[in-house]
Amino acid sequence: MTSAAGFSSRFWYWGSRLLAAAILVPLVVIFGAWLAPTTEVWGHLAATVLPTLIGNTLLLIVGVAIGTMLLGVSLAWLVSTCEFPGRRWFDWALMLPFALPTYVMAFVFLGLLDFQGPVQGLVRQAFGLPASWSVEVRHSASVLAIMVLVLYPYVYLLARVAFLKQGRAALEAAHTLGMTSWQSFFRVALPMARPAIIGGVSLAVMEALADFGAVAVFNYDTFTTAIYKSWFGFFDLNAASQLASLLLLFVFVLLYLERYGRSRARFDNGTTSLDSRTYRLRGLRATAASVYCGLVLLLAFIIPMVQLLLWARHWIDDLDFAYMSLLGNTLALGAMAAIATTAGGLVLAYALRRDTSWLTRASVRIGTLGYAIPGSVLAVAVMWSLSWIDHRVAEVWLWLTGVEVTWVFVGSVFSLILAYFARFLALAFNPIDSTLEQVRPSVREAAQSLGLTGVALVWRIYVPILRPGLLTAALLVLVDVMKEMPATLLLRPFGWDTLAVRIYGLSSEGLWERAALPSVALVAAGLIPVFLLAVRGRR
Amino acid sequence: MALLEVEKISCVYGDRPALDDFSFKVVQGEIAALLGPSGCGKTTILRAILGFEPILRGEIRIAGELMSRPGFSVLPERRPVGMVFQDRALFPHLTVAQNIAIGIRREPKADQDQTVRRLLGIIGLGDCYSRYPHELSGGQQERVALARALAPQPRLLLLDEPFASLDIDLRERLSLEVRDILKETGSTAVVVTHYQDEAFAMGDRVGVMKQGAILQWDTPFNIYHRPVSRQVASLVGRGVFIEGILREEGAFDTELGRVQDDHNTYSHPSGTRMDILLRPDDVLIDSEGEISATVTKKAFKGDDTLYTLRLASGTQLLALASSHKDLEIDEETRLSLDLEHLVAFPRTPE
Repeated sequence: MTSAAGFSSRFWYWGSRLLAAAILVPLVVIFGAWLAPTTEVWGHLAATVLPTLIGNTLLLIVGVAIGTMLLGVSLAWLVSTCEFPGRRWFDWALMLPFALPTYVMAFVFLGLLDFQGPVQGLVRQAFGLPASWSVEVRHSASVLAIMVLVLYPYVYLLARVAFLKQGRAALEAAHTLGMTSWQSFFRVALPMARPAIIGGVSLAVMEALADFGAVAVFNYDTFTTAIYKSWFGFFDLNAASQLASLLLLFVFVLLYLERYGRSRARFDNGTTSLDSRTYRLRGLRATAASVYCGLVLLLAFIIPMVQLLLWARHWIDDLDFAYMSLLGNTLALGAMAAIATTAGGLVLAYALRRDTSWLTRASVRIGTLGYAIPGSVLAVAVMWSLSWIDHRVAEVWLWLTGVEVTWVFVGSVFSLILAYFARFLALAFNPIDSTLEQVRPSVREAAQSLGLTGVALVWRIYVPILRPGLLTAALLVLVDVMKEMPATLLLRPFGWDTLAVRIYGLSSEGLWERAALPSVALVAAGLIPVFLLAVRGRR
Repeated sequence: MALLEVEKISCVYGDRPALDDFSFKVVQGEIAALLGPSGCGKTTILRAILGFEPILRGEIRIAGELMSRPGFSVLPERRPVGMVFQDRALFPHLTVAQNIAIGIRREPKADQDQTVRRLLGIIGLGDCYSRYPHELSGGQQERVALARALAPQPRLLLLDEPFASLDIDLRERLSLEVRDILKETGSTAVVVTHYQDEAFAMGDRVGVMKQGAILQWDTPFNIYHRPVSRQVASLVGRGVFIEGILREEGAFDTELGRVQDDHNTYSHPSGTRMDILLRPDDVLIDSEGEISATVTKKAFKGDDTLYTLRLASGTQLLALASSHKDLEIDEETRLSLDLEHLVAFPRTPE
């Protein structure tokens, strides 16, 4: 072995551990908040709002789990095993709601269904009801409905792949054994797809727990809103950390479920048969299937999109210089985070192949844990860790030069990028990992035996093979950073407002129509990953 | 002179020994096949010749030039060796033509293109010039991998389980085809495989391997008909052993009567108990035969049928018969022996 190889393997070895530490340390720090003396704010919170928070969170978990499961599994079953008018089209269109951030969906529906909104107005007019007649829509059921409409695609996507992979043979076998369609669904298809469904549901619930914008718009108190209030309302970072640690406990349970779903996800027959449509629906049943899929698509994508565009048209004048700087900030933060996380993802994916020790594998697992951790929790964690570092830096600086410095990292762009990095590392890791899978050891050896080494090897083999993976990773992170709300709200430095921050500001004041314009930009960006998914699904 | 000389090499794979005191030679223009079960060190020997595996003892030379010895190894890219990998290892982002040309990329473009087209013609994929590997079938990919390895005109070509992922029909056809291509291009090659038909179809000489050692290095005919040990006999082909007692002049007394071996002489004393190998093609189903037996199993293979037969004593025999004869299970039949080459080993106490 040459010393160069020694250096490079040490680089991957320590690189992966460093990245894992960047995720792990903030999490440990959060639980450390319980060691600090309890503050008045915490006492107040524990006595008054904590029971509500826990109740609301449990309701959210149960409601979103049941809702996304029913919607996601039924739609996936229809498009993957039945044939009905429009099926090919629904197959990919049902992924579209992925592009809508929950908080956009929330304010659009509030704008539509609110007291002053067009729907209640029409109802009053149609039934001749008095102007004072109204229905309260800021209800927990509305929050759940909106979450389910936006988050069902997680279940839909995973269940759809699972059903397709089962192949028609399993279902036909069930029929030859005398089961009816319903029996074969419940006794064969559903149990086979169970790991995928559990995985999808836990991802959806994780997103629901992490959401800040939608629950804020509906005044539905959850941990994320409480964290925000104790930070910005009481300036009590300690209480915020304690809340964050409680939220993390919920997340860990979900994470366990999701890992379970993923590790057992090979309940398939190994082959994806794209033509596995077993049931050709006719007549009324075919119409019912089309109407059902159409209705979901209408509610979850078409209506909110049309409403957004209608509103945005009125406020097109907002597109001024200030707006452009907002867009610039968003893209700049997105680009910085994309570059950092893509590099991090590459380090993790490559380390996994260069060094097979359990510590490296554990590092990669920890490093890719961030997707499960709500942005608000990460924000608190990053804030804690960096302010501790800042204090130490200030002490050393004072001792060295006699000059007092205040914040170095806290309140800097760096702190925000660090939070993005932790949250989206897994997002970047996955596409890089799967493209790196194509460069099997034998590919490298084949290249070497044909005389390709060093720079030529990297340039002619690795870069071209990895390019699509790296691009996908960077693009996914860019889009998700653009949509990210809670961590951005909590950590953004002065003068770094983004589109999501603007949407929060406008929608929290009830200015739905003005919030539409930045939302359209975000939805357009959000369509990119959906498009990528749809293309990959075709292959 | 031998083109490839592998002399008494020892290797470890991971932390367990893979090859011990391993030697063989391949002469210019010859195709050698290494046949053995998986885990016998076949792949390790190829990787050692390629330069990816260091050797602990011994020497590897190609065309008289030292390639490996303990503490010294010519870099893989400096060796005049081409390799066809088991999983083919085609570069997914390059077209078929680019894949083939990558080993000769320093030559003028026109020469590269000429070589690529010539090789595509030889492998019969002239119309796949600008296709991508994933657009090809398994057999086509195999041929492209072969062309890519042949392009830089290596002195020696190595093939690692080249057809393992293909179905039987294709494997048979392709192994003959690849042999023709190798002969046509005058290549010297080492093929590693765990399929006996593949080794026999491709190799001029076959090395039967077990646990990091070569048991026999010989022509396919001799491996099958003159195995040097019981181990080789049981690793290669089908057959059963029956007991025989050696008498003078190479004659044996068996429960099937007296059998005579005119080809071999035996140094064992008269009266030695020996095991005699009966291949399925040595046993004929013959209504005139003197031996009676009962059919216990039959495996219809289309052009012939493999019968398992039981003698009155309980001894089981295998017989290959034309599928025109159709015996039922439990049917009584008569047998005769057609022994050209007798294979016998002294019975070892178990």
